[in-house]
Amino acid sequence: MKYVDEFRDPELISGVLRELGRTVDPARRYRIMEVCGGHTHSIYRHGLRDVLPANIELVHGPGCPVCVLPTGRVDDGLTIADHDDVILTCFGDMMRVPGTRGTPLELKARGADIRMVYSPLDALRIAIEHPAKRVCFFAIGFETTAPSTALTILRAQAEGVTNFSVFSNHVTIVPAMRAILDSPDMRIDGFVGPGHVSSITGCRPYEFIARDYGKPVVVAGFEPLDIIEAILMILRQLHAGEARVENQYKRIVPWDGNLPALRALARVFELRPYFEWRGLGFISQSALALKSEFAGFDAERLFDVAGLRVTDPRGAQCGEVLKGVLKPPQCKLFGTECNPEHPVGALMVSSEGACAAHYRYSLHAQEVPAAP
Amino acid sequence: MCLAIPGQIVAFSAELPFMARVDVGGVQRNVNVGLLEEGEVKTGDWVLIHVGFALSKIDEAEAQNQLRMLRAMGEDALALEEVLGYRFAETAAGADEIRR
Amino acid sequence: MTSVQPSRKTPRFADMQIEMAHGAGGTASRRLLEGLIGPYFANPALQAFGDAATLAVGSERIATTADGFVVRPLRFPGGSIGELAVNGTLNDLAVSAAKPIALMATLILEAGLPTSVLESEIEAMAIAARKAGVPIVGGDTKVVEHGQADGMYVSTFGIGVLDGRATLDAAAIRPGDQVLLSGPIGAHGITILLARGDLELEADLVSDTRPVWPFVEALLDRAAGGLRWMRDPTRGGVATALNELVRAGACGVAIFEDRVPMHPAVRGACELLGLDPLHIANEGQFLAVVAPGDADAALAAVRGIPGGEGATLIGEVRAEPRRRVIGVNGYGGTRVIDMLVGDPLPRIC
Repeated sequence: MKYVDEFRDPELISGVLRELGRTVDPARRYRIMEVCGGHTHSIYRHGLRDVLPANIELVHGPGCPVCVLPTGRVDDGLTIADHDDVILTCFGDMMRVPGTRGTPLELKARGADIRMVYSPLDALRIAIEHPAKRVCFFAIGFETTAPSTALTILRAQAEGVTNFSVFSNHVTIVPAMRAILDSPDMRIDGFVGPGHVSSITGCRPYEFIARDYGKPVVVAGFEPLDIIEAILMILRQLHAGEARVENQYKRIVPWDGNLPALRALARVFELRPYFEWRGLGFISQSALALKSEFAGFDAERLFDVAGLRVTDPRGAQCGEVLKGVLKPPQCKLFGTECNPEHPVGALMVSSEGACAAHYRYSLHAQEVPAAP
Repeated sequence: MCLAIPGQIVAFSAELPFMARVDVGGVQRNVNVGLLEEGEVKTGDWVLIHVGFALSKIDEAEAQNQLRMLRAMGEDALALEEVLGYRFAETAAGADEIRR
Repeated sequence: MTSVQPSRKTPRFADMQIEMAHGAGGTASRRLLEGLIGPYFANPALQAFGDAATLAVGSERIATTADGFVVRPLRFPGGSIGELAVNGTLNDLAVSAAKPIALMATLILEAGLPTSVLESEIEAMAIAARKAGVPIVGGDTKVVEHGQADGMYVSTFGIGVLDGRATLDAAAIRPGDQVLLSGPIGAHGITILLARGDLELEADLVSDTRPVWPFVEALLDRAAGGLRWMRDPTRGGVATALNELVRAGACGVAIFEDRVPMHPAVRGACELLGLDPLHIANEGQFLAVVAPGDADAALAAVRGIPGGEGATLIGEVRAEPRRRVIGVNGYGGTRVIDMLVGDPLPRIC
């Protein structure tokens, strides 16, 4: 596969690893946060932790939109499916996320009309094909995905569709990164920036991290070669005492971002004053809601959404793992009560969640280490 | 959020100007190109696909550039390892000693 | 009528209702089998939980297998439910090193099913059975209300005679043994996924459904002495089959990921949807673990049969990590290849 295989080439990777081995300072410990869940997944999937120098520690960040979705929001979305005339649509990632009454798959087994879609456009098509039903799309995702939702809403408007709505849980990455940076127990030396979010936002939004916090940020692609090169670039900055934003993913990410996508976002969405992030608490200006102009497509206005807060189960330490303070095996529930088959916390549900990735891919997952 | 895959545009829809047919390793799907600037992509171009939309045109020159640079880096690193393996530095120091 | 107490050696099945995951062939299916069904039926032949049960009948050793076929759509590129039912049942026997001798089939039909559809499936079953040289000697038919049975379900029973040349036992695998895969993976599962139409993907891909006995027979002819274990990687894919191999034993398996063959469209679909090809169902493949000295002969044997050209040695048995299946890539990175939990779901993250 073009643009994939070349970046998984074992020889090329070995070469860059060699260079990384030469560059790393053996007397130093590096803590690098990879913000995006896609990077977490890729790191585990390609066994990168085996081949990176041992003094480079990768900390998994909060860039997993399923992981940061509070249970209360899941419940809100699922109650929309309670209506007999509603078809609730969502991505595959959502189907096994536990709400208080069960997962979408379990509710579907009990008779709710919940359908998995690959694209929000598929949800719109279902709405057009079922004029007597109300079709609601449970939208999740960061800036990578939000523009697609925005265009779908504009398309629905253009075609005069009146039975389609979106339950928006889109969140933005920068406020979460800021929350991590402001966290007293954080100690991160540099960031691997989210490659696909940046294909929309560009690289400028991260400049404050370099400027105000003095940390390098390298926006990276998702293939093993990309991730390793990005780590190398961070190390070079650290050794030179620099803190800049760099773009490793130049074949995809334009420095100024994707203008049509940003325009679509601005047209359809506005920032919520605040939004709850599971494990991180309430963060201001961190999530997207539909503008009032699009009220006819806004599930929160069309349906009675309870908006209840549901606290995390006792013992679940999702927040600390999300912030990189704890490693997955250090959570008391890891591997015992909380595992991919019966996830307690959202970090175990999503295959890119730090806990699920660690459990499923890491050889040492089953040996739960002693408490720190 | 992050799963996006490169695909090649094989055709544009005749009826819908914002839809294109994209090929990913032999699998084809109709993809919305409305997030790209008008005229930015043509048949044969490669794009990044996510949830049925093209997010970005892939810059082939940048990709080749990067691969070329990384290849050179890897070869340099290998050459350096070999040089260190020949222990030129120590041999030179030893030769200096003898000359003194 | 006295009630039967289930014999209890494994944890009780605690799920409150049956979910789709319990039929996906992964860990949930395993829990149902071991935690609910097995304890009630407890007997030695069952306890092995193999593809087929082996029974001694006089001086003969017989293998029997039962299978259920539920597929939507009924017809798909490369085959249909009838063909799947015949081949699938025969393959369960084949990978138990049993030469299939007869089949029976029960049809559960939905009221309203067009006769033409039923006839197509009966014909497909007849053709598949004739091609494999195995007669369909009986069965049953039931009709259920409209709205049930997705058109039709097929349930089968197969019987075969164990080939005495091989003794298959998961416990017999040893470090150094080679893992042989008969051909490219994922074709069936991805074909079905695409045929459902929900994802709006198209590809030039067909199901790989076919009888594997000819390949197994060739393997037995050339390398029976070194043959330790076989399995057909249906639901749950290669990953699940290999995990089932190692889970109770003293060894692990390492798969060299770059060696696993697959059709480019399977790869493309899996990358696009975020699926792992090792978790995708196959209906015309088998895995065999062979002693190192016999591996080359085994490979040559399978490759020598038309349709076996794609056979590859994809991995090896190792002492560590035990009870695990790991994937090894070309630059030394490893990952755990886990068993499927529920149905593989496309993801966007």
